[in-house]
Parts: sequence; C-alpha cells; structure tokens
Amino acid sequence: MSPTVTLPPHPVPARPSRTGPAGAPKIEAEALSFFYGPKQALHDISVRIQPNVVTAFIGPSGCGKSTFLRTLNRMNDIVPGARVDGQVRVDGQDIYGPSVDVVALRRKVGMVFQKSNPFPKSIFENVAYGLRINGMATSRSELAGRVEESLKQAALWDEVKDRLHESALAMSGGQQQRLCIARALAIRPEILLMDEPASALDPIATQRIEELVYGLKRDYTIVIVTHNMQQAARVSDHTAFFWLGKLVEFDRTDKIFTAPAEKLTEDYVTGRFG
Amino acid sequence: MRRTGVRRVISALFVGACGLAVLLALVPLALILFFVISQGVQALSLDFFTHMPRPVGETGGGMANAIVGTLMLTGLAALFAVPIGVLSGVYLAEYPGTRFSSLVRFAADTLNGVPSIVVGVFAYGVAVLPFKQFSALAGGLALGIMMIPIITRTTEELLLLVPGALREGALALGATRARAVFSVIVPAALPGIITGVVLALARVAGETAPLLFTAFNNRFFSTSLTQPVSSITVQLFTYAISPYEDWHRQAWAGALVLVTFVLICSLLARLAAARVTRIRRS
Repeated sequence: MSPTVTLPPHPVPARPSRTGPAGAPKIEAEALSFFYGPKQALHDISVRIQPNVVTAFIGPSGCGKSTFLRTLNRMNDIVPGARVDGQVRVDGQDIYGPSVDVVALRRKVGMVFQKSNPFPKSIFENVAYGLRINGMATSRSELAGRVEESLKQAALWDEVKDRLHESALAMSGGQQQRLCIARALAIRPEILLMDEPASALDPIATQRIEELVYGLKRDYTIVIVTHNMQQAARVSDHTAFFWLGKLVEFDRTDKIFTAPAEKLTEDYVTGRFG
Repeated sequence: MRRTGVRRVISALFVGACGLAVLLALVPLALILFFVISQGVQALSLDFFTHMPRPVGETGGGMANAIVGTLMLTGLAALFAVPIGVLSGVYLAEYPGTRFSSLVRFAADTLNGVPSIVVGVFAYGVAVLPFKQFSALAGGLALGIMMIPIITRTTEELLLLVPGALREGALALGATRARAVFSVIVPAALPGIITGVVLALARVAGETAPLLFTAFNNRFFSTSLTQPVSSITVQLFTYAISPYEDWHRQAWAGALVLVTFVLICSLLARLAAARVTRIRRS
C-alpha cells in the first residue's frame, strides 16, 4: 500500500457520488456502523441501492464489504457480540426495527455464500428446502414445478434433470454454487446477496455464474461482493468501493473504473494497492 | 556417527517396547475371544435360540426367553435414552457457552462414571419399590439411564462437527433456528449420532448389575413390560455360579451370543462412521 494514500476526513458529508445514482432505492443504508464486540468493522455507511441493477462491492480483504452485505439480511445476527448502529431500509422499512420478522426478511433478501454450502441432501431436496420450510408449495406437482423452474433459472436444469435425487455433494464446485443460487431463487426473493460467489471456482464456472448474474438482474436486485475487479467491471452496473470499514466511493461502475472521484479508488482500481 | 548409532538403537528399543505393550494389551482380548468361542461353540445350537431353559438335571434347552428379554430391555433403554440423549446433545451444541450447559456436561460425565450397580439401585428405588414389582420397564430404565450420557456427549460432539455454513445456508432461506437445527444440522450428523446410539446399546447390552434388582430374572417366557424378564447377562450369571455342568455350557453359549451381539453392534457403528467421513470428505 502506498504511504501517500489518505482517506477523506470522517465522517464524510453525503454527496451524490457517495450514495450512488438517484432514484427510489430498493435498499438504503443510513449512517450504518457495525461492531464485532469492541471492534468496529463498519463506519457510518450510507448507500442507496437501486432495484433491478447489479451493485458490486469491491475493496481489499477485511475492508468490511462482506460484513456490510451480511447486515442487509441480518446474517450478522448470529455472530455473538455483533451490534448495529444506524439504519438499513428495504423498500423503505427499517429491517432492524423492533417489529421486523427476520425470517420474512430473509425470505425477501436471499443470499449466496462464498463457499458453496449445499445441504447433504439430494439435489431436489436442496432446492425444495426453502419452499418446504416456508410452506410455499401446496402440492407435490407445484413443488416439483418450482424446483424445475429454479434450476432452469440457475442454468443447471439440463445438467441435473436426470439425477435430481442424487446427493448434491457429488456435484462439481461450480454446479454446487449454481445449486445454491437455485436454492436461493426458489423462494422468489426480491433481492439476491452474493458474497464472492465465484471466488472458489475455476474460470469457466466463474463465467457461468457471471452470465447468470447478468441474466437475473431483470427480475432481482443483486448485490455482489467481489475482490476481483474485472468481475465487478463485467457484471455490475454500480460499484461501491470499501476501504478499512468505510465506504469510499459509490457510483456507476464505468465511472468508478474510468474516472473515479477519489484518489484512493483510483489507486485501488488501477492496482496500485490491495 | 557413533551418536547416530546409539540413537538408532534407543529408537528401535522404544518402538519395540511400544509394540510389545500393544501385544500385551491385545493378549487378554484374544484369550477371552478364544475361550468364549471355543467353549461357546460346543454348547451353541439352534435349540439355544429357540428353546426355553430346562429344569436342573435335564440336559439341553436354551435361552430363548433371555435372548428376547435382552432385546426387549435394550429396546426399552433406547426408547428412554435416545430422545433425552439426542435432545440434550442438541442443547449442548446449540448453547455451548452457558453456565447451564457446562452443568449438564458435567452431570453427563459424572453419570457416565457412576458404577452400574448404583444406577440399578436408583432404578430399584424409583421403578420397583413404588410398584412392589420387578419389571422389564425398571430394567429398561436402568439401562436407559446408563445410555443417556453416552448419547448426549456423542451427539454434542458430532453436531459441533457440522460446518457452520450449513446453518447459515438454512437461516438465509428463512429457516428459524430450531428449523435449521432439526432439518439440516441434525440430519447432517445423523449417521454419527446413530453410531453413538449403537455403541451405547452395545455397552449396556452387556450390563448385569443394573438388572439384578430391576428386571430381575424370569424362568419363563415373558414379553410383559410389567413383569420380571430374563436377560442373557443375568441368566449367564445365574448359570455360571451354579454347580451344574450343563448350565456352565449354557453360560458359555450365552457369553458367545452376547459377545457376537456387541461385535456386530461395533461393526455397524464403524460402518456408519465410515460413511460420515466419506460424506464429509466429498
């Protein structure tokens, strides 16, 4: 890291380039801070994430991008000692409010993890899981239909249609990750959070995931964390750059990569550090 | 150079000593198996499994009632112990850091070390005295109490081995915590939990002391839960201390059946455990 790199003073006034492009947001964070016990992981983050676009979070390891992603569906709730300050609103509703049903929130805000985590069940049962626990299919044929539809959406159907009842653990890594995407899509969320979904995959499997993300944004609001800048440039419409738990810049992806407003962003995207 | 030589000799000596210790440890097992098999096989016949004990003086007969009794008692024990043991194990794995869970853990370990005859006395106090009746239920209770701590601790350990990513995956799909535990985490650990249950069964199937004044013994065939029931171990004990040659032979046959049962249980448990490892690797 170059010693000349400096962060703008903190707290930073909200400028358009820090909260992203204008329009009614799908997700809105306001002055969000996050603590793991005494350690503060996120500092005063404000962003507005637009519907039906792909928003990428980039930044070096440990910069808080995954932590921030996980505050959007309250996955951090299960971390002992975690504490949130500020607000996150999804469709205008504060998701940390006292009357919020976390289960309903997570149904609306799906998530795909860095390491694929299929359940040790059959391919079919993996996709059917969310439908079953949420009582979303009333008949067997409806269940089978939704499973098929989700596997098609995740571009996995043709590869697995003849072995739906085999163990999901026998699939390749890329297939497992697409299965996790299908599993998340099955309960028809409105938002899909993806935490470095391709970081453990080979280039071909990565490409398939990226194509998938590109195709899914018509129906979903997608937020993808990646430490791969080429990937962010390829798949996203908007990009947020995080550094040391702070949001440095948030703008259209082409702008972030060609004419960033912050020197720090420029240094990062041109590979001068990170 | 000389030093290396000395080291090599010392190393060889220690490896040799270790090997010898292993051999010495295996000798009793080999002798027991040898004796039980050689003596038991002579007395073992189809009649042993299908016939009732004969009165003193008559040769032949079998232990049909005791074999059924042992199956009943271990079955009852499992019925008592599996729900309690597995659920306590789930609790310990889900709330590992609380004061109550360390208390439960300590209690389970202590219970595991309680002499089996004391467990028998306890079951006698709660399940025999109030009804003034030895019963299969009381025997099952005594064996069940012995199984609980084993099942609890194995369940806990195996649940902790399930990757946290599976829990997150379930929660992210809108599962409640309980739902995630019982629909994903417990099933993922199930083969291992079954291994624990089978090992616990094998362990208590060989117990005599807790049955002496709970299930007692029964010369007749009984499948009644509220009546005394025979078991291979108690029958074996009775026959072994008797002065009759024929009963001694029967006792050896009983010992062989019991050892075989335990061996089969251990093998099943090993097979299940091997499956778990395979799943985890893939």
